[in-house]
Amino acid sequence: MSWAFLRDLLSGVNKYSTGIGRIWIAVVFMFRLLVYVAAAENIWKHEHDEFECNIKQPGCENVCFDHFFPVSHIRLWALQLIMVSTPSLLVVFHVAYRENREKHHNQKLYRNPGNIDGGLLCTYLISLILKTGLEIVFLVLFYKLYNGFKVPRLVKCDIKPCPNTVDCYISKPTEKMIFLYFLVATSCLCIVLNLSELSYLIFKYSIKCYLKRHMKKQQ
Amino acid sequence: MDWGALHTILGGVNKHSTSIGKIWLTVLFIFRIMILVVAAERVWGDEQDDFVCNTLQPGCRNVCYDHFFPISHIRLWALQLIFVSTPALLVAMHVAYRRHEKKRQFRKGDQKCEYKDIEEIRKQRFRIEGSLWWTYTSSIFFRLIFEAVFMYAFYFMYDGFRMPRLMKCNAWPCPNTVDCFVSRPTEKTVFTIFMIAVSSICILLNVAELCYLLTKFFLRRSKKAGNSKQQSNHENKEETKQNEMNELISDSCQNTVIGFSS
Repeated sequence: MSWAFLRDLLSGVNKYSTGIGRIWIAVVFMFRLLVYVAAAENIWKHEHDEFECNIKQPGCENVCFDHFFPVSHIRLWALQLIMVSTPSLLVVFHVAYRENREKHHNQKLYRNPGNIDGGLLCTYLISLILKTGLEIVFLVLFYKLYNGFKVPRLVKCDIKPCPNTVDCYISKPTEKMIFLYFLVATSCLCIVLNLSELSYLIFKYSIKCYLKRHMKKQQ
Repeated sequence: MDWGALHTILGGVNKHSTSIGKIWLTVLFIFRIMILVVAAERVWGDEQDDFVCNTLQPGCRNVCYDHFFPISHIRLWALQLIFVSTPALLVAMHVAYRRHEKKRQFRKGDQKCEYKDIEEIRKQRFRIEGSLWWTYTSSIFFRLIFEAVFMYAFYFMYDGFRMPRLMKCNAWPCPNTVDCFVSRPTEKTVFTIFMIAVSSICILLNVAELCYLLTKFFLRRSKKAGNSKQQSNHENKEETKQNEMNELISDSCQNTVIGFSS
């Protein structure tokens, strides 16, 4: 069980997405998943071992590390990737349900089970709203937990058992900050893509509805 | 999820590339990605653990390491490879869009469609002309820009491509100036020079491909212009013939009229 599962999941969703949806999937693959696996994971690999405090007091380093990093950046990043990709499953399930219904009734109920119309359109819009919401939630969480997206070189710690105030040094702070900004930038890009896909779909289908009504009136 | 997935994605683009594009892709996978994964990652694996400073001051090593390596070589290369591979996705998307349109035409039962079944559409290789030419050319252009930007960033950040053995550090909390020693400097220099050389080769291949595409475009244009000239010449000849016939007819008419009148 690894990231390959997420990759396969997203490939499956690709079939039922709009053009902007496909761009979103490409951005998630190339700029988020691949960067995470190929580069970011290694930066945070030994973060605890390399976290050093100017003290010999046993336990002080552990306590300080736990205080400043309640949930490590890289774990939050991984959770964000998983949560943001999951709403697309709703669409896959709905299409599978449609295909199942057709099989069950042994007749063609839909023009094309994968076509985004009717109930599937609602599911698709809900998945877009959920994706956007989760992105924003994680960005806010990152901001609140770490007081912005900066990673300082030095943090001052005075929790028991550390005697007085102790200087603690974080390893590779600049590199971590660069990748955090990269994460924020790609998150914002994905939010913009989701919002434009949402507006495009709403616009397209309201025009369609309006035209249908207009034709009916004329008849 | 790893570089193998990138290989799958780019492999699809390979079919629609020029020959130089195929060579570029091979160089990318064998001499850059494979070397990165198989060798370079091992060389830089222990970079912080074996970065040693001549001081017992806690925190000095961390701070000095961060000062001299704001972003590690290996991460810069990984980012460079990802950014350089991304423009090829543009081409893949364009091809997929064209295939989708052709499938739609086929399903509608369009008489103009010349395919026998969906499989043929899926396997078909599109020629690089029309809008696909523009997409392909812009993807090569972006590739060149990304390569150049990353090479410059490397040069700027590390003051050249050499990895020194010893660095002198006086960032706080190091007391005074402290000697810090980099692990495996020669091996790292060798790999850095290798990756830069392969990068330059890729830049040259991209420039050659761009020139080839531009030459093809202009040749095709001049051929079209030549063809249309020939056609208009042909049309002109037809016109003059018709004019002559008209004159003959009008002359003979006049003669008849004169003949009648006389």
